[in-house]
Amino acid sequence: MPKRTDLQTILLIGSGPIVIGQACEFDYSGVQACKALREEGYRVVLVNSNPATIMTDPEFADRTYIEPMTVEVLERIIAAERPQAVLPTIGGQTALNLAIELAEAGILERYGVELIGAKLAAIKKAEDRDLFKAAMQRIALDLPRSGYARTFEEAEAVRREIPLPLIIRPSRTLGGTGGGVAATETEFAEVVRWGLAASPTSEVLIEESIAGWKEFELEVMRDAKDNVVIVCSIENFDPMGIHTGDSITVAPAQTLTDKEYQLMRDAAIRIIREIGVDTGGSNIQFGVHPDTGRLVVIEMNPRVSRSSALASKATGFPIAKIAAKLAVGYTLDEIPNDITRETPACFEPTIDYVVTKIPRFTFEKFPAARDVLGPQMKSVGEAMAIGRTFKESLHKAMRSLEIGSHGFEPTHVDLRDRDALRTRLRVAGADRLWVIGDAFRAGMSLAEIHEATCVDPWFLRNIEEIITFESRELRPGLMTLTDPASDGDVLAAAKRLGFSDVRIATVTGTSEDSVRAARERAGLAAVYKRVDTCGAEFAAHTPYFYSTFDDEDETAVEQHKKIMILGGGPNRIGQGIEFDYCCVHAAFALREDGFETIMVNCNPETVSTDYDTSDRLYFEPLTLEDVLAIVARERPDGVIVQFGGQTPLKLAVPLARAGVPIIGTSPDSIDRAEDRERFDDVLRALDLLRPENGIARSDAEAIAVADRIGYPVLVRPSYVLGGRAMEIIYEPHDLERYVRRAFAASPDRPLLIDRFLEDAVEIDVDAVSDGRDVVIGGIMEHIERAGVHSGDSACSLPPTTIDAAVQNEIRRQTVALARELGVVGLMNVQYAVQGRRVFILEVNPRASRTVPFVSKAIGVPLAKIAARVMSGKTLAELGFASEIVPGHVSVKEAVFPFLKFPGVDTVLGPEMKSTGEVMGIGDSFGEAFAKAELAAGTVLPQNGTAFISVRPEDFGDVVLVARRLRDLGFGLVATRGTAAAIAAGDIAVDLVNKVFEGSPHVVDALQAGTIALVVNTPRADAQSLRDSFSIRRTALERKIPYFTTIAAAQAAAEAIAVLRDGALTVKPLQDYHRALRER
Amino acid sequence: MLALADGRVFRGIAFGAEGETGGEVVFNTAMTGYQEILTDPSYSGQLVAMTYPEIGNVGVNREDAESRRPFVSGFIVKEYWDPPSSWRAEQSLGAYMREHGIVGIAGIDTRALVRHLRTHGAQEGVISSVDLDPIRLVVKAKARPGLVGVDLVRDVTCAEAYDWDAPLWQLEGATRGPEPGPRPLVVAYDYGIKFNILRNLVASGCRVRVVPATTSAAAVLAERPDGVFLSNGPGDPDAVPYAREQVAALIGKVPIFGICLGHQILGLALGGRTYKLKFGHHGANHPVKDVTTGKVEITAQNHGFAVDVDSLRGLAELTHVNLNDHTIEGLTHTTEPLFSVQYHPEASPGPHDAQYLFRRFVALMARTKG
Repeated sequence: MPKRTDLQTILLIGSGPIVIGQACEFDYSGVQACKALREEGYRVVLVNSNPATIMTDPEFADRTYIEPMTVEVLERIIAAERPQAVLPTIGGQTALNLAIELAEAGILERYGVELIGAKLAAIKKAEDRDLFKAAMQRIALDLPRSGYARTFEEAEAVRREIPLPLIIRPSRTLGGTGGGVAATETEFAEVVRWGLAASPTSEVLIEESIAGWKEFELEVMRDAKDNVVIVCSIENFDPMGIHTGDSITVAPAQTLTDKEYQLMRDAAIRIIREIGVDTGGSNIQFGVHPDTGRLVVIEMNPRVSRSSALASKATGFPIAKIAAKLAVGYTLDEIPNDITRETPACFEPTIDYVVTKIPRFTFEKFPAARDVLGPQMKSVGEAMAIGRTFKESLHKAMRSLEIGSHGFEPTHVDLRDRDALRTRLRVAGADRLWVIGDAFRAGMSLAEIHEATCVDPWFLRNIEEIITFESRELRPGLMTLTDPASDGDVLAAAKRLGFSDVRIATVTGTSEDSVRAARERAGLAAVYKRVDTCGAEFAAHTPYFYSTFDDEDETAVEQHKKIMILGGGPNRIGQGIEFDYCCVHAAFALREDGFETIMVNCNPETVSTDYDTSDRLYFEPLTLEDVLAIVARERPDGVIVQFGGQTPLKLAVPLARAGVPIIGTSPDSIDRAEDRERFDDVLRALDLLRPENGIARSDAEAIAVADRIGYPVLVRPSYVLGGRAMEIIYEPHDLERYVRRAFAASPDRPLLIDRFLEDAVEIDVDAVSDGRDVVIGGIMEHIERAGVHSGDSACSLPPTTIDAAVQNEIRRQTVALARELGVVGLMNVQYAVQGRRVFILEVNPRASRTVPFVSKAIGVPLAKIAARVMSGKTLAELGFASEIVPGHVSVKEAVFPFLKFPGVDTVLGPEMKSTGEVMGIGDSFGEAFAKAELAAGTVLPQNGTAFISVRPEDFGDVVLVARRLRDLGFGLVATRGTAAAIAAGDIAVDLVNKVFEGSPHVVDALQAGTIALVVNTPRADAQSLRDSFSIRRTALERKIPYFTTIAAAQAAAEAIAVLRDGALTVKPLQDYHRALRER
Repeated sequence: MLALADGRVFRGIAFGAEGETGGEVVFNTAMTGYQEILTDPSYSGQLVAMTYPEIGNVGVNREDAESRRPFVSGFIVKEYWDPPSSWRAEQSLGAYMREHGIVGIAGIDTRALVRHLRTHGAQEGVISSVDLDPIRLVVKAKARPGLVGVDLVRDVTCAEAYDWDAPLWQLEGATRGPEPGPRPLVVAYDYGIKFNILRNLVASGCRVRVVPATTSAAAVLAERPDGVFLSNGPGDPDAVPYAREQVAALIGKVPIFGICLGHQILGLALGGRTYKLKFGHHGANHPVKDVTTGKVEITAQNHGFAVDVDSLRGLAELTHVNLNDHTIEGLTHTTEPLFSVQYHPEASPGPHDAQYLFRRFVALMARTKG
């Protein structure tokens, strides 16, 4: 069937901010869908609140709305753009839920908009567990026994029917938020209550536990002619009971016979037909009993998903792109396979390698959260690796994670303590792979490990072989190759098993360099094979490669001017999609300029690992060994390390030392900015300020330093990174306590003590330099006070409170720093402004998290310009000669995963905790902030009672906030001290007890729903935080907006004022940018 | 060691039986079903290389056998797994191959081998774990006769006729009883028939009698069948003239359904020609379009020869076409009750998309009977 001609404009809904369970895989699918639809001549209208996405670049859609993703806002966009159709299946659960709401509110009908891809009935049949269950029963498929409940009493009734343990799943939440397993009646009560609260529809499914069963997924595609293909089968290493997003997964399925696989395939086809997904992709999950083969259907996602992104990267079959084409009427046999060109997309990819995905966790960021994997997804990213065998692919995936692992390092478990080992095996945590390794080391049998973990023996045996090889063959002294033939054979065998040079070095007691040297002497180098969808049956035209230690290399390297870009690896808190955005932009820009671009990355969710993005894609771990091997093969003219975040940056110096041509800011300059002492020299030379600081090696020294620089101080042990264990301390006795504990724990580690700049405003600046000229990209003012990690703070561009003179001083300092450091490319500087004094907190001569936000705010693709500058162009040549200060206001707000981690405090501090961001654009700060809050999921109340409790330092400013809220019509309640301060400003306020003052107290009021808004600014010391913890946690769980700084509260008041005027307008990015150009 | 006739040599690790074996080297791209492939008589005379690298994971079991024993001449894999992990496994793959004297080689760059065969075509090869001299092995490979013109059907067909009544495999071991009412009798020519064809015929409601390939048309008709089935089988369709003659004698007298070699023989019997493909179709992911409905089915395939579509012009009608290379996948006749497909609707291994053809055959028999 040809494409539909009755459609001209199609609305595409993105997935919003990155959250646990919904990451940049939907940027990948969205970009593919945008490209595919525009290729067919459709006018594409896109809505997504996430500025860090590539899909929201103005060139990917005809009209790009970076607006809050709510029904009201979408209706306005539909009214303005009048699309004939909306494609809701490429923006994750967010888009699907919005589509349901739009349909149910009658909006689609009112504007004559058709849902394409999946109709409302199909979406509901797949999403509603009751309808789904009935559908499965109609086609005679087996399901876990279940019942569902809307009240606690209903839940109890179900429990009496089906024996414990039971799984509780709340309806319609992302990544299984609020789900859990209950083995006892008490646990059952707890999880059910939590689940009912978390579900937007207040319903939970209570299900027979099939924990411990084998879990499989199939990626299915269907077209309008009812042709159905299975793109990929995926087997979970982790058994049922661990969310598939948290599971190690392997493609294709490894432990099914053809008969069993075909049974599953037949079931999948029946399901997609019965559910009635007209066109596009679906993901279907199955459980299989390990001893009987009983096959049960777990669930179906009638849309592209994280698994479909994985399947696309694993097979080379671009699911989202094809899904978009099917949605407009094409059939599978009409679409060519990009890779073979001569065969159609209507086939089932066959692969001749093994793909392993390992999720990446960030439990270290949330010390109060338990590192235990269950049905609620907790991982924040993932790494994928391709190898010719499972062992090779597993090994590569492990070192792709960038958690400091290069293979099966021992964990901290005592190998003699069998019971401890068994417990660690039974209760799977993020380190379960390594624990299994240790269990084999300790001599536990495979049967025993299988019994404890329920991991299929096939996977376990692979690990056993690795551990056995390590202990038997990798002996000290091996790398001297004294017997070149046999030692060389052992080394070759190790490499074929996927061992990294680093791990071989550790086990044989030598260095990575010596292993590399030994390998070179033995003539052992990685070869590269192509991902071609067809097991080499047809010639492949896409240069998509993975390394392996096998015989034949297929790279067919050509001599072009080429630039290699190192990507960011797995997403994690602090390093996410923003860096992928920069890498992709670099690839686009340099390709346009005629370079051959080479991308190296191992994150399957990203646009950078789409084979369409660069000229050549190496799906490889970002380690020195793996990167050097690619460099040796490709011999690029330049390598870019400054776009992928910390991951490639860490490789800069070792790569440079190995003779790799790093382009842009030199590794030495990067080091000058990163090394504390060298950076001090830079600041001295430029006569710039930073907060006073000192190093302490003893209790007495610490006190002395603090006395010298003055309280409050910011203290941290010198060895931690990313703000871990960092505290703000106000009093000498608190410092004594902190210092005693710190030195008791590690006596040899000095403490770094900085003056904490109270009430300072933090400023972020992004700039680009060609080595001579420096142009400011944007100056952003943080809304939270200094001390909150810049990634967690909301910010405004242009600044709202600091005046022109201070801004000019900031500009002057930025230019001076860029020149002194010899920056070529991007640079980010963080400042703290206290009064009129400007302090430098940090300089990062690389792409920053805010680059995409700034680029969208000012209408200039900073990353592209930076890439071109690095390839030798000047800013003048590129026409970017001066800073653009937009007339509109852009606000970035962070999005947090606190709801996923029960018991974790939501207070913001020096350690970054957000997973994603949204952007609000408006004509005033209030409007932009209102949109940003709305986009972040905070529904600001327009009336009601505000609760206020602030620290003594804020007693002065709180009056302003209180007056503003009162003028807006809010009632006020406050705790004793705050109430006195507010009353002193002649404002009526009611008193409420602090929690420790006894009931009825503030948390009771929050629980009772009588409070609409919380302003709570505790001091940053541990005691104050403990006191106010329950307020924040309750507010979070009851979805009551809360603000932890006066500045944020003021911003909220302004936003509420705008909302009360009912003045939220929508405008596409293209219009904002045109206005900037016409100025 | 594996040596190809054109001189390329691969060194690996022996598994399965010790010894030396030769045959045409072909590759199969199916990711599941190695046991079905091993026991498919169509692979007689061939050394089969699996493109999927992990083989042996699920062992072997009696239910998954496609015939009485493995028929491949040799087996080539990237990584061989000994201890199986499957609730249905009864034996490891290696033990099974040893028991039946099948020589295997593991640990070679199978992708390099496939790329070589793709470029240079399927060719004779020798696997040996006893003679490790590459030059001598290449000479042996070169000296092999090849498949063209060789009758392999005689080696694999059954010695005597037998009745088949086992139904399709089901998870719970549950068997569906035959539909009430009269069941058509199908006589199946065994050119190397796969059990799953017989199971599908039974599942479609047929009584099945299997006869040796050399059975005369008269003897078949004497059984008073409602339909005749022409099975899959190994090698060159031109090398079994007796089959062509028998089928020619049956056309018009009884409904005929042919699969794979049976399809080629039917094509020859209708007056067409066959030819050898460069490296054949062996896998479970080939898209085939039913030109009568426009629908695409994903099919299991295993053939090195094909019917020349031009040679059938005016003699038969094209019903199915391969979307990858546009070769003929199915034919029918304007007047006579017959049809055949080049691919394997019985799958095993492979997708079940084309199972409807068995029902179509039953319908054809019913229609013909009137």
